Amino acid sequence: MRGLTPDYEMKTPKNIKEALQILSTNSGEWQLFAGGTDLMVSYEAGKLTHKKFLNINALHELKGFVVNDQEILIGGGCTFTQIKNHPIIQQEFPLLVNSAEATGAIAIQNRATIGGNIANMSPAADTPPVLIAYNADLILLSSKGYRIVNYTQFHKGYKRADLRADEIIMAIKIHRHQGISHSYYRKVGTRAAQSISKVCLAGVACVFRGQNIEWIQIGLGSVAPIPMQAIQTEHFLNEKDLTHENIQQARNILMDEIHPIDDIRSEAKYRKTVAGNLLTEFLESLKK
Amino acid sequence: MTMQKQTFSSPIGNSVQRKEGPKKVTGRSKYIDDIEFKNCLHGTTIRSTIPRGKIKQINFAQDIPWHEFTVVTAKDIPGQNHVALITTDQPFLADTDINHAEEPILLLAHQDKILLERARQAITIDYETLPPVLSIPEAVEAQTIIWGKDNILKSYHLEKGNIDSIWSKADFIIEDTYETGAQEHVYIETNGMVALANKQDGVTIWGSMQCPYYVQKALIPLFNFTEDKIRIIQTETGGGFGGKEEYPSMLAGHAALLAWKSGKVVKMIYDRAEDMACTTKRHPSRTHHKTAVNKDGRILGLDIQFIIDGGAYATLSSVVLSRGTIHAAGPYNIDHVRIDAKAVATNSVPYGAFRGFGAPQSIFALERHLDQIARKLNLSAEEIRRRNFIRDGQKTATGQLINEGVDMESLLDRALKHTHYKQKQRQFLDDNISNTKIKKGIGLATFMHGSGFTGSGEKYLASKVGIQLDRDAKIKVLSASTEIGQGTNTIFSQIAADALNTSTEIIEIFTPDTKYVPNSGPTVASRTTMVVGKLVQSAALGIRHTLQKEGYLKPTHSEVEFRQACLNYVKNHGELTVMAEYQQPPGIHWNDQTYQGDAYGSYAWAVYVAEIQIDTTTYETKVTNFTALQEVGRVINPILAQGQIEGGVAQGIGYALYEKVNLKDGRMINANMTNYIIPTSADLPHIEVLFEEVPYAHGPQGAKGIGELPMDGPAPAILNAIAMATGLELKSIPMLPEDLMKAFYEN
Repeated sequence: MRGLTPDYEMKTPKNIKEALQILSTNSGEWQLFAGGTDLMVSYEAGKLTHKKFLNINALHELKGFVVNDQEILIGGGCTFTQIKNHPIIQQEFPLLVNSAEATGAIAIQNRATIGGNIANMSPAADTPPVLIAYNADLILLSSKGYRIVNYTQFHKGYKRADLRADEIIMAIKIHRHQGISHSYYRKVGTRAAQSISKVCLAGVACVFRGQNIEWIQIGLGSVAPIPMQAIQTEHFLNEKDLTHENIQQARNILMDEIHPIDDIRSEAKYRKTVAGNLLTEFLESLKK
Repeated sequence: MTMQKQTFSSPIGNSVQRKEGPKKVTGRSKYIDDIEFKNCLHGTTIRSTIPRGKIKQINFAQDIPWHEFTVVTAKDIPGQNHVALITTDQPFLADTDINHAEEPILLLAHQDKILLERARQAITIDYETLPPVLSIPEAVEAQTIIWGKDNILKSYHLEKGNIDSIWSKADFIIEDTYETGAQEHVYIETNGMVALANKQDGVTIWGSMQCPYYVQKALIPLFNFTEDKIRIIQTETGGGFGGKEEYPSMLAGHAALLAWKSGKVVKMIYDRAEDMACTTKRHPSRTHHKTAVNKDGRILGLDIQFIIDGGAYATLSSVVLSRGTIHAAGPYNIDHVRIDAKAVATNSVPYGAFRGFGAPQSIFALERHLDQIARKLNLSAEEIRRRNFIRDGQKTATGQLINEGVDMESLLDRALKHTHYKQKQRQFLDDNISNTKIKKGIGLATFMHGSGFTGSGEKYLASKVGIQLDRDAKIKVLSASTEIGQGTNTIFSQIAADALNTSTEIIEIFTPDTKYVPNSGPTVASRTTMVVGKLVQSAALGIRHTLQKEGYLKPTHSEVEFRQACLNYVKNHGELTVMAEYQQPPGIHWNDQTYQGDAYGSYAWAVYVAEIQIDTTTYETKVTNFTALQEVGRVINPILAQGQIEGGVAQGIGYALYEKVNLKDGRMINANMTNYIIPTSADLPHIEVLFEEVPYAHGPQGAKGIGELPMDGPAPAILNAIAMATGLELKSIPMLPEDLMKAFYEN
């Protein structure tokens, strides 16, 4: 134990209204605490610099799913276990099941929330690349009302995002009928389970007769300061045929587009090469 | 009415339930941090942040009530400031000189853990830094001298035949260098100690440890007390793997120093981060092989330079080096062998005992080298080994005559047949041509591991064990050999019960406590079952003979009769204790000067086979199947033995593919479970464990040691399999995906 409990303060609002009210004057002194699975690790290591936490873990308004003909809304307080067990998600958004299952251990999946995962802004998180691929929107709530931010526009830099100190990630919204014909997810971690990713790629595409890509959307983790969209690679691939040359060129574009680093878990060169390999694997799978 | 005689089947060879198993699985076992000590203080350690330099000043921040704290520095040490082990170079607390990062400098105690942690963070130290030596090449180069005259902690020279006479006769001379990395023990319970120390009671220590008498030996000079005033009690210990062989002496000394100064009981428990950063690890190594070989695969001569990184202090490096040196030539009959071995000092946290003790390092190099030779000669991996195996009547590199009736060739045949080795190898080679995404491989390693202390070690140890028939007519085993998860308690009760012809339930194991138990030596070196178990057997037989001689027991008896005999004896004579002391089996000779003779009383022999697949998209290697075949003498408890082998193989897989101690300026920067990667069950294959049992004449009921053996084989077998799958010349571990990618690109 290196975090010192008396130095920390935690407040648990009764409902979302009270939470938003507290946050309405927040200029950064309160940090939200949802599942707390990342914060507790920092705390244990004595590296949790923030001292005041607003515990939103029990707020029922943030839990649950709303499904209509057009879209699915996933409450920001939904856990990864709830997400991977949801029947519509299992049928229509398998990449979310993949990423939820790839996250930490079962105990972590039971506690960690998707809203917390997004707000934590880790470039190595397992689900954000999937949200990029599915072109998800975030519904951000504050005492002033709500606003919608497309997730691909959310991250602004390392641990910086389009999220005000008075806002809570209320829900994640994904369109149900995107016309996706193929999808791909692969996390390369430091071992088969209970690991942090070294590279992660999520992609969806609409492919005509296994030959022509009508459109494609790709999200990556652990290759940049933020969970990133491979915009240039997508731009190149849209409306292209799946030829060997195009796949090779897309791979080169992706490897130029990403900016991985050497760190404690892997090396930039490895990340770059493997990201290229994952893209190739994804594109090859589109032929089937 | 005739009394029905209960007959017993011997407990030997049966998977008798673990003595302490039910308590462990129901959470009732009390580990040191679970035990409450009233009014105890908690202790913590201030450590160096630089690898080498001098302490200029220790700064205490203003806002801490320092008068409430017990503060201990080197100046407070009542006796001598060194951890007594083999040499005396390592201080309990650095006084002026810093020789490695995380070196203990100052100790603090307070009853409030939070205030204690605040105080720990409030101390800063000013240093004068000196250039550190942080690698084997730098240490050997000796431009900067940090230890002795030449940075050499210990060296050995072993010679058989005349290697220089052979080079001109060889068809090929094949040379290469192999490297192995450090490894962290990751025992499930971190190091922890509680101490009480004052003038009238002396020092009492409770804690997690492998070797109570090592701790006692270290604390005697620290306090200048006689041994009767230093009492060491082992508490339930959650794993050791060598990590609790020498290190507990350091922590016990720290807790005792704080207890001495404060007059109170002091508890010190490391968290995982501190435990990983500051305690010992496996020695990194670098081995150069130069081999003379004939075109038919017969090895004429082995010239080996074996170097291990000992870290900043000598600790156990000399004996680790010794075992690594003796195992460097493997289970082969080679006429000309020269081994130059060195343990060098660097400014790293001292490396120490770890399951295998130098042998996994030198065996990795040899077994990988043999595969490389085989490839150059266009021979199969099994054929080159077959042509060089040692057989009964031949001599090892130290000149030890092998006459155990072991046949490596038939072990190899059994392993090849059992794993369908040839068939799989052909299949994999075919598959690898068509499949560009997955490359499959199969590889093997053949090796032996000596049981017990090296050379004259057991003779000098002169271990003692007692069996007591106590006043309540219970049978107790008195030894200092610790249960650390490996099954000591169960094995001892099986051996004693067999000797007494009774059931294991009535055998109790006395807590290792230096006040009551004799010194049966350290719990290390695969010696507990074979060496100490033999003493348990002798002492138990002594009890039985006494009961028979005094007319309480007939040569054959039922359990009821045995119990009655015990009761009757105690009623008439009081308690009975029989001691047994180690006697070297006849015909064992060892020369410490020439390093020639019988290095070990006996060896366990093994053939391990690894199957792997490599994903060429990610360069990840997965071990898909593992077969461990070994000859270990008589197996006392099959489930425990299997567990030891499986655990060792898992640890070996970690050593080969996952575990990397990431050092920056001599500090471990991945000292946590998130970034020091050990394999989980999802990374491990099915591990098939097969035993061949050739009873050893001087082991209890024929048993030999097995604890370390399974650590030796996995890494070379796996790397040999990767080499087969890829055609790459791989020479180092850990082989992480990043390393394999580099090897692919460099090729």
